[in-house]
Amino acid sequence: MEFPTALVLNAIVAGLLLGGFYAAVSVGVSISFGMLDVVNIAHPAFIILGSYVAYIVNERMGVDPIVVSIVLSPLFFALGMLIYRIYYLCFEKRGQESLRGLAFFFGILFITEVVLLLVFGVDYRLVETAYSSTTLHFGTVDFPLRLIVPFVVALTMVVGVQLYLSRTFFGRAVLAVAQDQLALRLMGVNPIRIKEFAFALSIATAGVAGALLIVIQPVQPAIGREYIGLVFAVCVLGGMGSIWGTLLGALILGLAESFTSTFFGPSWAPAVSFGILLAALAFKPSGLLGR
Amino acid sequence: MRNRTFAVIAFLIAIAVIAASRLASNDYFFSAAYTVLQFIILATAWNILGGYTGYVNFGSAAFFAVGAYTSVFLYKFVQAPLLLMIAAGTVVAGLLGLMVGYLTLRMRGVFFAIATLALAVVLYTFVLNWDYVGGARGAYILQPRVVPFGLPRYVHLLYTAMVLMTAFALVVARAIQTSFIGRGLAAIRDDEVAAECAGVPTLRLKLFSATVSGALMGMAGTTFPYYLSYVEPSAAFNLSYAVNSIAMPLIGGMTSWLGPLVGAVLLGSVQQVVQVTVSSAWNLLIVGVLLVAFVTLAPNGIMGWIDAWRLRRREGS
Repeated sequence: MEFPTALVLNAIVAGLLLGGFYAAVSVGVSISFGMLDVVNIAHPAFIILGSYVAYIVNERMGVDPIVVSIVLSPLFFALGMLIYRIYYLCFEKRGQESLRGLAFFFGILFITEVVLLLVFGVDYRLVETAYSSTTLHFGTVDFPLRLIVPFVVALTMVVGVQLYLSRTFFGRAVLAVAQDQLALRLMGVNPIRIKEFAFALSIATAGVAGALLIVIQPVQPAIGREYIGLVFAVCVLGGMGSIWGTLLGALILGLAESFTSTFFGPSWAPAVSFGILLAALAFKPSGLLGR
Repeated sequence: MRNRTFAVIAFLIAIAVIAASRLASNDYFFSAAYTVLQFIILATAWNILGGYTGYVNFGSAAFFAVGAYTSVFLYKFVQAPLLLMIAAGTVVAGLLGLMVGYLTLRMRGVFFAIATLALAVVLYTFVLNWDYVGGARGAYILQPRVVPFGLPRYVHLLYTAMVLMTAFALVVARAIQTSFIGRGLAAIRDDEVAAECAGVPTLRLKLFSATVSGALMGMAGTTFPYYLSYVEPSAAFNLSYAVNSIAMPLIGGMTSWLGPLVGAVLLGSVQQVVQVTVSSAWNLLIVGVLLVAFVTLAPNGIMGWIDAWRLRRREGS
């Protein structure tokens, strides 16, 4: 097989841009699964929900989907609080999170998908923005703005989350919950309030990631499933609960998928994340930057 | 009741069910019954790992499809007889269960669940790209013209096979539950560390139940290609198999073999009615809502209610 330079360069650029977006998709799971130990497999469903919210508002009022998602992120935050409260009362408090909690999130994933299917049908929905069809060229390498804008927003969000968690008082409280809940209780702090807040934050990032998704590609209710393997692969590969690890894992996965679809055809791309997930689980379950 | 007695009774009931269905002249009856039986096997199989052991498998559809596509492969390859297809699909799906279990069951249970979720996507991608078994276009599987045992049509043979397989799955599930293996699995479910300390060979038991569970799910899929005469990846990998095989044991009750049976018969029948009277999308919504409702409000399912009611009555008297 030949590897022409232009093709390889383009694959690298596309992979890195895609990887940035994957970081935005996975950062929420890195918080909920990696730090709070809440295995939210419904995360991709909230991402697709974010896509459709951005789509509706864009269609009605013509506002840019990314702006919509940032303005409406308090809504997703509130939704996250509600879901965590139900999860805590029904499963975590009774010590049933491992089996029934998983089934609960699976049910939510499924219900969201079917409701979107009933309302919007199976058609792919797309948002046209001012920058959708512009592409910058540097020599033989293409930089489509359709990927650049989500990349910049994603990177800003991920770095913002990391700074928030490491620099602010409340952010450090979240990290403390991740380390030792019991110790927190002994200090007279209620870890449940902190977990509720952090879980809500993770759902808010899903809303924004959804808007980025619909800028990048057309969205259909069932595509959320393809992201389940991806978000957990990124999370495990990067190291549980490490935001920088998530970013690194996402970039690696983006590159791997980009190279696979360039050289083997795009229909093989979904298999990449699973291969990486299994390899990470089998050889380095603690991840690249794990504690 | 001893296992042998139970097996004899189960197969007698199966034969009675087969005989009784000869009276039904309606084609719809076979389609509805076949679907419900398929769900009984899937739910029973899921429960061996999910209910007995406490490990969630989200990839029932993948195991089901592996059974179905093993049949497709054998059909294309040698025009194999039905019995060989059933045996091969069961073995291949069992090996898949063993492999996924071996890679992920040594870690926290969550990783197994996530791996099975991703497994469905990957096998789907794989089949989509595999032209020999039809790829994205799907494959046509013609039912043989000659129907053995003097049955009127081939559907009757598939239905008979399905009834026998259902009885087989229930016998296996009950035998595991009542044996020392079942007690070991229950110990793992309640507290894995304590079980390990008490000398329960946890990894070996988990691998065993993952293998059996996967094999039975695959078995349910082996007759699927002949049943529809046409298989395409999105039908064989349909997410509704995964959701139903989780929802049915949860609704029926997960601690015994009876729970998945009750759940599958109830939920399967409701879905048949809704599918005819409303639509299949609403059908899926109902399953999803029932799943969430039961898991949050009645975590022990219908059998849990019955047990609680019995206990109260005994205490009352």
